[in-house]
Amino acid sequence: MVSQILAVVIFAVMFLLIITEKFERHIVTLFCGLLTLVVVFGICMRSIPAITRTLNIHQIFVRDFWYHAGETAAPSSGINWATIIFIAGMMIMVEGMARTGFFRWLCIQIANLVHYKVIPIFITFMVMSAILAMFIDSITVLLFLAAVTMELAQVLNFEPVPVILSEIFCANLGGSATMCGDPPNIIIGTSLGYSFGDFITNTGLIAGISLVVTIIYFYFCFRKELLTNCQKQISAADYPDPKKVITDKNGFITSCIIFFCSVLLLITHAQTGFTVAFIGLAAALATFLTSTRYISELMKKLDYKTLLFFIGLFIVVGGLEETGILEIAANLIRTASGGNVKLMTVTIIWISAIASAFVDNIPFAATMIPIIKNLSITQNTSLSVLAWALSMGTDIGGSATPIGASANVVGISVAARHGHPIGWREYCTKVVPAALFVLLISTICILIRYF
Amino acid sequence: MAQQLIISIGREYGSGGHEIAKRLAEKFDLHFYDKNLLEEIALEKNITADKLEKYDEIPRSVSRKVRGFSSSPEENTANMQFEYLRKMAENGKSFVIVGRCSETVLRDYSCMISIFILADLSCKIDWIASLQGISREKAEILINRKNKKRKDYHNYYCLQKWGYSQNYDLSINSSCLGIEKTTDILADYIQARINHGQHRRR
Repeated sequence: MVSQILAVVIFAVMFLLIITEKFERHIVTLFCGLLTLVVVFGICMRSIPAITRTLNIHQIFVRDFWYHAGETAAPSSGINWATIIFIAGMMIMVEGMARTGFFRWLCIQIANLVHYKVIPIFITFMVMSAILAMFIDSITVLLFLAAVTMELAQVLNFEPVPVILSEIFCANLGGSATMCGDPPNIIIGTSLGYSFGDFITNTGLIAGISLVVTIIYFYFCFRKELLTNCQKQISAADYPDPKKVITDKNGFITSCIIFFCSVLLLITHAQTGFTVAFIGLAAALATFLTSTRYISELMKKLDYKTLLFFIGLFIVVGGLEETGILEIAANLIRTASGGNVKLMTVTIIWISAIASAFVDNIPFAATMIPIIKNLSITQNTSLSVLAWALSMGTDIGGSATPIGASANVVGISVAARHGHPIGWREYCTKVVPAALFVLLISTICILIRYF
Repeated sequence: MAQQLIISIGREYGSGGHEIAKRLAEKFDLHFYDKNLLEEIALEKNITADKLEKYDEIPRSVSRKVRGFSSSPEENTANMQFEYLRKMAENGKSFVIVGRCSETVLRDYSCMISIFILADLSCKIDWIASLQGISREKAEILINRKNKKRKDYHNYYCLQKWGYSQNYDLSINSSCLGIEKTTDILADYIQARINHGQHRRR
């Protein structure tokens, strides 16, 4: 009982400290993780096995962690090293691509292909944002896409805020389509043993339908605003040249090859047996081997704070799981829904969405995974349906407010640094309806397809 | 002016600090910056200043930070101003700047003289009531609200607290001598610092 209370207190304090930003969030999760290990597992439970299970280090030395032929899921308890290694590997690969000018080139090339026309740029950038976010983290997508949008807005004299808002939303939507898109999906996929194919045929399908609706919505929402100022004639000489943004031609080609190989491996990982941890490590090693001169530069850019944040977070959530708190939470959800699986699924989508709009969706997803696992066993219902509900809820809910997801923060910040601050009101009035549309589509799709 | 001179004026709302800063700028023939700092930034970025003005010198709303990026429009606007101030100081420009955490932002520039202007509450109420044409009660509410905002804004970005004398070269109560004489005394002080050679103690 004491261990349960302490685990909940540590978790609540961690969440509160993350929200208040008094300390950096990786410091918060690591400190709370340490408290969980020492106080909850060590002093209260006196359980070395609980510590071992939560640290999960042995998992890395098992063959199945890197390669498996069957549908083996990594245990959801404790640190999910597969998620951490995959994210670290992808970070290095993406930094390698960014160094050569790949993302800037891609954005300007697309603008060039649509002859620098504002509405086509607006639509193609939304699609590009969604497609890129399916494979790389949405922070990087927004970092480059928003910067190029600001640059083009200056040259073409259009209002950049609508474009940035649409890109943010589409990046989160694209991230929901695949296992490697958004961090919640990576955690869901690696914890519950779902493949790229599983995600793309389930959440991917919903995201695809939603993308069409989203583009139509944003088009009608912003078309007047976009066309207000862009009447002036611009000479073609003012347009940025895609070729000029490539900083290292050989590196550019190599990083493109590594990226496409990684995407191929991710798409086929259920067939090849290579796990996402293996793919992440392979992408990082390939990047290092092909750009040995830049290894230290790439290592410096590695966002180790996010990786440490994940480690601490998994330990704290492990504390809740080991003490049985998440089982109690699952029972509460079961009681609230009266054992009605349809209602339970809808509740998971909407509660996840509302929570993710205001708190970081990564800790929320990490906490919910053991809960839905428990619900699936006790209610004898399909785990995958609950997983897709959780994925769509957290990813789309995260879009709804400026603080919901990392991509939102980066997009808003890039716009503000160029003199276009976006307040809560402006953000929410345009984006919340889109989020509601997509959540409604997700609910309908899940109810029709799986019940 | 041969030597670079930056005068940073922190002020309580209703202390007449803004007016004193303006007069000092005239006396020393310096550019005067307060809200108009945003106009210069807006001009440089080819945008309209009104987009930025509503986020000027106010505490940040609920926001989040990711890898050094902030979702707060208030924080981004503040950082934009801080960068602009540093750039002007770096380029050797002399100016008077009101608020905007300038005493902390420009702390490393020895040509900067930092002053904080405060006043007795009754004087602040008189000044604001007559300036805004409102009742004394309303003036007091307004003063408290504005000063709280300034304090919260300042203390979020700076380690040293707003209005604490340790944070400034000189703190002065404008109610004792009134705006004109306070300005004169400050002008004498600034002149003495200029004559002394090194404007700011290290």
